[in-house]
Amino acid sequence: MVKALEKYGIPTVHVCSIIPISQTVGANRILPSVAIPHPTGNPSLTHEEELALRKKMMNKALEALSQKIDDQTVFKAL
Amino acid sequence: MAKRVVHYINQFYAGIGGEEKADQTPILKKGEVVGPGQALQALWKDDVEIIATIVCGDSYFADNQDAALATILGWMEELKPDALVAGPAFNAGRYGLACGTLCDAVAAKLQIPVVTAMYKENPGTEMFHKTVYILETGISATSMRQTAPKMAAFVKKLLAGEPIGFPEEEGYFPQGYRVNVFTEKNGAERGVDLLLKKLKGEPFETELPMPVFDRVAPAPAIADIQHAKIALVTSGGIVPTGNPDRIESANASKFGKYDISGVEDLTGEQFITVHGGYDPVYALEDPDRVLPLDAVRELEKEGKIGSLFNYFYATVGNTTAVSRAEKYGEAIAQDMLKNGVQGAILTST
Amino acid sequence: MQLTLGKFFVKDIQFADQSSYKDGVVYVSKKELAAYLMEDDTIKAVDFDIARPGESVRIVPVKDIIQPRYKVEGPGQVFPGFVGDVETVGEGVTHVLEDCCVATSGHIVAFQEGIIDMSGLGAQYNSFSKMCILVPLIEPVEGLGKHNHEATVRVAGLKTAAYLASLTKGQTPDESETFTVEPTTELGKFHPDLPKIVYVYMIQTQGLMHDSYVYGLNGKGMVSTIVSPLEILDGAVVSGNCAAPGHKNATIHHQCNPVILDMLRRHGKDLCFAGVILTNESAMLTDKKRGAYYASNLAKLLGADGAVITEEGGGNPETDLMLNCKHLENKGIKTVLITDEYAGRDGASQGLADVTAEADCVVTNGNGNQFVRLPKMDEVIGDLETVKVITGGSSTAIDEKDGSVSVEIAAIMGSCCELGYEKMTTKLR
Repeated sequence: MVKALEKYGIPTVHVCSIIPISQTVGANRILPSVAIPHPTGNPSLTHEEELALRKKMMNKALEALSQKIDDQTVFKAL
Repeated sequence: MAKRVVHYINQFYAGIGGEEKADQTPILKKGEVVGPGQALQALWKDDVEIIATIVCGDSYFADNQDAALATILGWMEELKPDALVAGPAFNAGRYGLACGTLCDAVAAKLQIPVVTAMYKENPGTEMFHKTVYILETGISATSMRQTAPKMAAFVKKLLAGEPIGFPEEEGYFPQGYRVNVFTEKNGAERGVDLLLKKLKGEPFETELPMPVFDRVAPAPAIADIQHAKIALVTSGGIVPTGNPDRIESANASKFGKYDISGVEDLTGEQFITVHGGYDPVYALEDPDRVLPLDAVRELEKEGKIGSLFNYFYATVGNTTAVSRAEKYGEAIAQDMLKNGVQGAILTST
Repeated sequence: MQLTLGKFFVKDIQFADQSSYKDGVVYVSKKELAAYLMEDDTIKAVDFDIARPGESVRIVPVKDIIQPRYKVEGPGQVFPGFVGDVETVGEGVTHVLEDCCVATSGHIVAFQEGIIDMSGLGAQYNSFSKMCILVPLIEPVEGLGKHNHEATVRVAGLKTAAYLASLTKGQTPDESETFTVEPTTELGKFHPDLPKIVYVYMIQTQGLMHDSYVYGLNGKGMVSTIVSPLEILDGAVVSGNCAAPGHKNATIHHQCNPVILDMLRRHGKDLCFAGVILTNESAMLTDKKRGAYYASNLAKLLGADGAVITEEGGGNPETDLMLNCKHLENKGIKTVLITDEYAGRDGASQGLADVTAEADCVVTNGNGNQFVRLPKMDEVIGDLETVKVITGGSSTAIDEKDGSVSVEIAAIMGSCCELGYEKMTTKLR
């Protein structure tokens, strides 16, 4: 789906855990997520901490969207 | 002595009813040949005998898979047939999934040959072609006339223990096994032949297809993110409670578009996950863990982005075929463009 | 350039007091041949054996297989740099012993040595089972070291092959085939309407038992270059016994390169054979990239419309294969790749280590992982125990009860030869 969005000119960040598959299948902007069942959350943290984590990830996602790239790029937030 | 088979069909082909009867519980019709089974039996004459027809509603099977399998497997064990034939399901998705699931389970439990038939885009084909012989049919029941003889001949061959040929000869979907075969021409000659065809612009068939992972050139970066409209998408199955669009827990047949105007935070009361491929506990507690709405809202307030699009898109990525996902992506992209969305964040589980 | 192959069809090989060739029989004097080979003082002793088609005979471990050839007219001599001097070959008349080959064996050097079965299931997997085979069993002097051992056996095999073919000197071949190739710059004039096709000939050069030689020079470190197809027929490229037995290009595969033969036979008919680009498969990524750029540039300089690319070995050479494909296609030169695959014993795995989208036209010479059970043979030339260590074999390969040998076909010499020498493909079911 990420590639379809990109094909239509909408820069998209793929937030996922299994990076190699995302790379092989061909996403361009990849942001590693926390874990499969909670990509943008961490149940071992308090709610405030989780929200802070999420914001940090989302800030990185925005960075990925604003950055010019020529090739597949993995953006590390954490 | 005739070989004995059991035939599985759904409520529609049994003449019980259409969609409204899709919740039909399993029925065992001993000694009966029903619906498409009659075409098969006519072709089989005395060589193969349908000793029973088992009927089940497509929705019942989908929603009560364990119970349905338990019941049907129990009957199969009593009947002890030589093989199971299911369908044909053509393009009916739940029916195809039921046929595939049942065949797979029967093969595993009873170690007898199993055969079904359906259209190439039936989700059952994608899921079960590797473990079950699935004959290819047309898209609808109008292709029954071509399908019945194909099914009959194939089942007869299997039961007789005859060697099964290649997919193009027998009509089943390739199961994914590469097998060595001796040829008339050596590899060099075949290579030169292929190249000459390619140079002439004639159609040619490669002997070894490459796995296809097409690359898309990165879309241009957003120049002014602080004034951009960003949308959220997920394949993690986050949907409003009640799953109004009935998005499936696996191999989703659709995506949903949900209104989040004025919503600051996704709560477990108003949103759930329907994705069947990961432990839902954390997402149910706080759906933001899969679709990070609360965080993006805050960034919106802080002026980091222009605005968050009023809708989010969701589907379920669990075993969903690439070709489907591509279609959803394209539809979502078009909708985004219509609504002036300039960038997207897509979370996967 | 013009080369005539004068073919003698061999019906049998027999030991005799004196070496000669008469009416399809090669008579070999062990004494004479041994004396010739032992001019090389790294050989301690050499014996010989003969295997014939249909016999219950297994030869293992086989290092190299060479077709007897000997030049009777024209410059140089076969296997330049080893038997012949380094003078350029490929012109004149070369005598060939058809349906016959030399297979070197003896103490194993490394595990890229394979099996030839003269009958039974194994005989179906290569053409050598249909040939009369002379097997020199070479014992090196002590303390020789693997590199020198391999070189010793390699040269001995080439010398044996040349020796046997030289026995036909002065005789008239049963059949002749003449190949003519015009100078490169005149090809367009002679064949204006035919597609110009080059052959990108990948040879492995990755170390002991993984090297190839060009006019006696180890191809490691060479930049891609152009040769005439006729030079290859005279043994300009010789095998350093590379890769798994199933897909190593033995010297006979080079001499009888089926791509070269097919393209020579079709030259002027449905294609214009525009040249052979020799390029190596290095173990270093930079070299692989340089080689692919270089080879594709040569193809462009030659004005090629299309290219046939063959591989040797598997694994990292697939990167060379895909780079060559990509760079040629990017230059507008259409390609066909000739390779093999390792799709697992069940055939369900992806068979290539590397892929590229441009590789839309590929010939496969088989899945090397196919598992077969070869019947016990009455006689083994060499050492049967080696099947436990050769590629495709395993420690449990030999069945103690019935003497059968179970291996992947990668253990059988040339079973999946990526020059397209044999007649096998893989189909999806």
